[in-house]
Amino acid sequence: MVPLTAFLIVAALLFCIGLYGALARRNAVSILMSVELMLNAVNLNLVAFWRFNTPAQDVGSGLPIGMSGQVFAVFVFVVAAAEAAVGLALIIAMYRSRQTVIAESADTLKF
Amino acid sequence: MQTVDWVQWLAFGILTLLTIGSALAVVIDRNIFHSALWLLVSLFGVAGLFVMLSAPFLAAVQVLVYMGAIVILIIFAIMLTRRLMGLTEALNTQWWVGGITAIVTFLVIAFVLFQAGQGANPILVREPIAALNGRGVEELGKALVDPAQYALPFELASVLLTAALIGSIVIAREDQ
Amino acid sequence: MIEALVNLGWNPHIATFVALLLGVVACASFGLIWFTVIGLWLVRKVAARVQDRMGPNRVGPFGLFQVFADLGKMITKEDITPQGADKPIFNIAPLLAIAAVVLIWAVMPFAKTLIGADLSVGALYFISVASLGTLGVLLAGWSSNNKYALIGALRAVAALVSYEVPMVISILVPVLLAGTMSMNGIVEAQHIFYIFAVPLSAFVFFTSNLGETGRAPFDVIEAESELVAGYNIEYTGIKFGMFQAAEFVHSFTSCALMAVLFVGGWRGPGAELPGLAGALFGFIYFFSKSMVIYMLLLWIGNTVPRLRIDQMMAFNWKFLVPLQLVNLLAVAFVAKILQPNYEAVRATAESGSTLGNIYRVFGPEFIADLPRAIALLIVNVIILGGVGLMIRNSIRKERASVEANRAARPPYLGRRTPVEQPAVGD
Repeated sequence: MVPLTAFLIVAALLFCIGLYGALARRNAVSILMSVELMLNAVNLNLVAFWRFNTPAQDVGSGLPIGMSGQVFAVFVFVVAAAEAAVGLALIIAMYRSRQTVIAESADTLKF
Repeated sequence: MQTVDWVQWLAFGILTLLTIGSALAVVIDRNIFHSALWLLVSLFGVAGLFVMLSAPFLAAVQVLVYMGAIVILIIFAIMLTRRLMGLTEALNTQWWVGGITAIVTFLVIAFVLFQAGQGANPILVREPIAALNGRGVEELGKALVDPAQYALPFELASVLLTAALIGSIVIAREDQ
Repeated sequence: MIEALVNLGWNPHIATFVALLLGVVACASFGLIWFTVIGLWLVRKVAARVQDRMGPNRVGPFGLFQVFADLGKMITKEDITPQGADKPIFNIAPLLAIAAVVLIWAVMPFAKTLIGADLSVGALYFISVASLGTLGVLLAGWSSNNKYALIGALRAVAALVSYEVPMVISILVPVLLAGTMSMNGIVEAQHIFYIFAVPLSAFVFFTSNLGETGRAPFDVIEAESELVAGYNIEYTGIKFGMFQAAEFVHSFTSCALMAVLFVGGWRGPGAELPGLAGALFGFIYFFSKSMVIYMLLLWIGNTVPRLRIDQMMAFNWKFLVPLQLVNLLAVAFVAKILQPNYEAVRATAESGSTLGNIYRVFGPEFIADLPRAIALLIVNVIILGGVGLMIRNSIRKERASVEANRAARPPYLGRRTPVEQPAVGD
């Protein structure tokens, strides 16, 4: 089996690429896509730790395996979907009133 | 087992290349529509990594939710907020700060991982502890509705989704 | 095959991988190749006979080689890419559409031992892969650089994504009753076919698949006579052929899925035999069931008129989704209360009493499933009755309001002289 460290390095790479995208891109939709990359990296981390570190309480006797890692990942899916929906609705509303989606131009408190 | 190792490393290498390569293309490509499609490929790579980690249910849900719904939503938003088909400047004025931050973050994480793998009693184990039989999906379902485990967050998540649904419709509706 | 390759000295993991890959490819291309050859002829003949005409009868006996004529025409047409189109996306979109359909065949159980890849999450896998087809439609409309294509694509994607919701909820019902998501597991658990136990869910699955694949009455996705063919206006030649083939094979795939999930797939007398005989029997049963359902789909498709897009969406969100949610709740409730007790029935069947003999004739699992199936059928009939009452009330209310409107307005008397009428334009 590929060691845990390899999966964690991949997740860290993905996270840092997403971080760069969120900090360096102009278009608000691009920033949202980079945030999705970061959330995926977090999911990968969670599932990797679940696979490697879950104590299997005596699998032979049929006792359940701890599922916390996968459950956490499922909740990250849910929150990512909700956040993507609301974020994109906000972007569309901003476009409608300001005619622009560049994040830097939303710089006044008075809309 | 030596023969097993290199096949698994090969699969892992292909999936990693797919994921990281298309993630780089997401943040570098100037055409935002193309970068949405690279996001699709990257999410597919992550789904493949989930399969390698013995979580087939999560891989299928990843394809269904992320690729089949969220990316379509992002493409809709791109289509509805385009003014010019031409290329505009893709990076903002402080992109170098973002680059330095990302590199420093990655180096810190890599250092911590390296440290955690050393020593007499390493925190990061090398071989997986749990030997799973094929009942993963059933156990996941039980964990989500068991009142002693995760039933409450499950209900809260559905309330969150309802709130997001109503909220996004209200925000994006045209003013009447 | 795995053993043969391992004996040749291959690495066992690579041997498994190659054998699985070949098996999956063989199964996945079955639907595409076979069905396009025979099924296309079938569609046109049936449509023609419904419309009281002959159908293709020139190319080969009874027009059987019409497919090859169509294929030849499609391949030799000029391949035009519109100016300003996004070339890589323009070329990928038809591939995505076809890939989404062909990938579903990898988990289809043809017989007890004939399945491409028996995933433990087969039902979820096929839903996820079907959502890739939606993406192909969107990319096609966007990359054509044509505003009609874009409008058609947006409308099509909205309809497709909406009809996925009742489809997913209606797939949950056989998964719930069988206790597993693997396709082979669902077929093996159907001692009583689920269409007799939960006909409402089968109806909702069938209807939402009609919406997903774009068959009439939900034709508006590709509306040949309306929106100038929708999202694939700018496609010519083999790429257009790929879109057509994808939509066409998708409709047969959805019938095959309905056969697997609700009518019992390869189950039937003799399908349990080991070896080639069992596989052959299972294949024949699976096939004939899918063809019967496909005939039903063609029949409906050629007789009902087309719904408008807003009628389609209203039908989905106001009728199908609430109906299927109530259905799922009722099925879950009944299935929890009346869980089949296989051990007790088998024990009675083993004993020599007359009841045991009756049990053994019918098969002990069938008898064990019977109380739950009957209860589910009763619950379904009750739900259907409730829905029928609600529809009848709403029709009565609408008719009453139309009558009231007609009574309030003065009637239009076209032939009277204008003196007796209020002036038009008041």
